[in-house]
Amino acid sequence: MDPQNGDASKVDSKSADGASGDAKLVDAKLVDQKNASPKVSERRFRQMNRRELLKLTPVIALGAFAIPALREPLLKQGLRFSDWASGKLFRSGQLAPTFADSAVTPFEKFPLNDYDVDDPGVIFENWTLSVSGEVQKPGEYSLSQIQALPRIRQNTRHICVEGWDVIGRFGGTRLSEFLKLIGADTTARFITVSCADDYYESLDMATALHPQTLLCYEMYDQPLTREHGAPLRLNIPTKIGYKQAKYLTELKVARVLDRVGYWEDQGYSWFYGL
Amino acid sequence: MSGALIEIEGAKSDESDEARAVYEHPLPVRLCHWLNSVALFVLIGSGLQIFRAFPSFGAKIPQKDLLHWPKSLAIGGWLGGALQWHLTFMWIYIATGLFYLGYQIFSGNYRQVLFLPRDIPGVWPMLKHYFFFGAKPAVKEAYNPLQKHAYTTVFALGVLSVLTGLAIWKPVQFSWLAWLMGGFHWARVWHFAIMWAILLFVFGHLVMVILHGWNNFASMLTGWKKDPEYDPR
Repeated sequence: MDPQNGDASKVDSKSADGASGDAKLVDAKLVDQKNASPKVSERRFRQMNRRELLKLTPVIALGAFAIPALREPLLKQGLRFSDWASGKLFRSGQLAPTFADSAVTPFEKFPLNDYDVDDPGVIFENWTLSVSGEVQKPGEYSLSQIQALPRIRQNTRHICVEGWDVIGRFGGTRLSEFLKLIGADTTARFITVSCADDYYESLDMATALHPQTLLCYEMYDQPLTREHGAPLRLNIPTKIGYKQAKYLTELKVARVLDRVGYWEDQGYSWFYGL
Repeated sequence: MSGALIEIEGAKSDESDEARAVYEHPLPVRLCHWLNSVALFVLIGSGLQIFRAFPSFGAKIPQKDLLHWPKSLAIGGWLGGALQWHLTFMWIYIATGLFYLGYQIFSGNYRQVLFLPRDIPGVWPMLKHYFFFGAKPAVKEAYNPLQKHAYTTVFALGVLSVLTGLAIWKPVQFSWLAWLMGGFHWARVWHFAIMWAILLFVFGHLVMVILHGWNNFASMLTGWKKDPEYDPR
């Protein structure tokens, strides 16, 4: 027997009436509409069907994505729209979660990702960060000048576009502090960086000024290793991994982007804020 | 609630046994259904390509792959391409979902599809009929209780797929959402699991569409269902 055994009589009486409360509701509505247009011929019915089918034509618009010549520009627009939305969703006051030391991924399990070489062979004695663009004090900045700025340490999640994530311990100075030091015009919209391995990246000013965005020279309380971008890299907990360029050599404050970024030029998102 | 009921003259040879048709699926529902289906297809295909970049839910070092999804059953060709598809069609998916929700609420059409506690008693007879050769329960409405359950559940899964996706895409801006799911790492697991749950629905849905034939299928194109099993009068 079925579980509604208990109120079988109730069910029976309902089906005998042929109408539950809701079915009556249907009735009232239908009778009205029926009176408005009582009977139609088979031909008229087919016409109605055709008309209704035609109303679905907007769906066919999606077929544009199947046309090779249109696909790329359409997807580019989609990515652009997503980047625009990402920019709107970004809030300067929103901090990335930070973690206890015990939650940090061991250093040897912090993956290395390069587009080219692990070690571009930077000669540390000669290294400087060359600063240009919309700044009052352009020129060459040494590592000790950067390290003289307030030091920040943070345990934050590093997320790769591939999908993996680790929690790392990063140390350095706020990019915003450095921008102050060089007298950057923060009304300029972009920061671009170049790297010893010919990698290049760019950042929106809002993210550059975010309190967790670091010019990073330490990981796990040790000076950066060569593989992790010595002597200086970006650490941006509010951005995806590939935005956090390693082996920095140049930094430019720009009103207009002349170069976007290595992976962006391959077709990845520019903003990719987390 | 089913919409207009019309009678078709001469639809059957026997004049006394006149054919009827019910306007079962309003245009907004049909539009959302098809746009959302295309978006879902693209999102799953590109999602699996994205998954191929790191087919694991464990650590990166050492990496233990969960499964190697074939490239031929994925969309986008490479990670960057798949992300473009995913980040484009997610807007269509979200927009149709929101429009559908708004329409159902404001038109009152939700009564046709929303699974409510009063539908619970009708679930078991339907299951018995589908899986255990039970007698077919009387058809009184456009959707039987099991259908309502399926459509209500899959909408909830759709909402969850968006929320888990949002937690993966914006784990900082929506850190509370990622936190609710157990952090970014788990949000990725949920997003993947929900995709399979939706695929399970799609499979069952397609089987039922095939079993119920052309007339039923056509109603999702035209809105009109000829000779409905139930008598709305």
